[in-house]
Amino acid sequence: MKSLEELKAIRERMEGKVGFRAEDSNMTRVVVGMATCGIASGARPVLTALSDAVQEKKLENVAVVQTGCIGLCQYEPIVEIMEPGKEKVTYIKMTPEKAMEVVDQHLIRGQIVAKYTLNGSDL
Amino acid sequence: MLPELSLHILDIAENSVRAKASLVSIIVKAFPSKDLLSIEIDDNGKGMTKEQLAQVTDPFFTTRTTRKIGLGVSFFKMAAENSGGHFTIESVPGKGTKVFASFGFSHIDRMPMGDLVRTIHTLVTMHPETDFIYQYTFEDHSFTMDTKEFREILGEVSFQEPEVSAFILSYIEENQRDTDQGALI
Repeated sequence: MKSLEELKAIRERMEGKVGFRAEDSNMTRVVVGMATCGIASGARPVLTALSDAVQEKKLENVAVVQTGCIGLCQYEPIVEIMEPGKEKVTYIKMTPEKAMEVVDQHLIRGQIVAKYTLNGSDL
Repeated sequence: MLPELSLHILDIAENSVRAKASLVSIIVKAFPSKDLLSIEIDDNGKGMTKEQLAQVTDPFFTTRTTRKIGLGVSFFKMAAENSGGHFTIESVPGKGTKVFASFGFSHIDRMPMGDLVRTIHTLVTMHPETDFIYQYTFEDHSFTMDTKEFREILGEVSFQEPEVSAFILSYIEENQRDTDQGALI
């Protein structure tokens, strides 16, 4: 049985480390659609892959959040990337593998992965 | 259709969060010996009126404005009934909603559970404002996760801190495995 004691130890280690998060206005938001349409097309593993990768790669100014249905159900799973001062980029029909490319190319290197975007895809 | 029951749980619990629930309870019980599986999701969100409740299993009803149909609850009901189970939904405006579904455990049309651990972890870490109670029973073993207990220990530390998030995942995973000995549901 895993006990809550371990959580206490984590809490103690984190003492004093809290509060160094970037200001909200400087954060890049990665938004995953998690309504029925998104979930049915595989959004949960995409969300998991994104939040795991953001944590592993220590992308501290990136927040992975979720939203409801944005009205483009046929293109789900949808991931929107909102960087401060830039236009929103909408990635469609995502998979965990494609999401990893987006993390490496877009979030880390700043290069939009055009082949997966709503505008760049052959619909 | 949603291919796994855990995804239905996610979908219904997302409704609870959208209904501004501060507490969502997810109760999963598996009794292969009685050929029974049940899932209950309770919330203290804003609830629904009688009229809304009467329409909620109708695929052509939704409260959202981005599209005209709402399939989540209808799909869940269908998933239960297709496996020889039952579905009920109760709701009181201002009090909350309770969704209950039972399934024939061994029925050929009963969908697999899927990744329940990851589903609960996703809910907990993505909704820091909402408390979750997750109760999992397998035959005569049971375990309960309560995010209020996490919160009491953590204070201001976020569930999204990598170490905390990893702890929560393995906490659910290990306790669940101790409960069902890794049974495939």
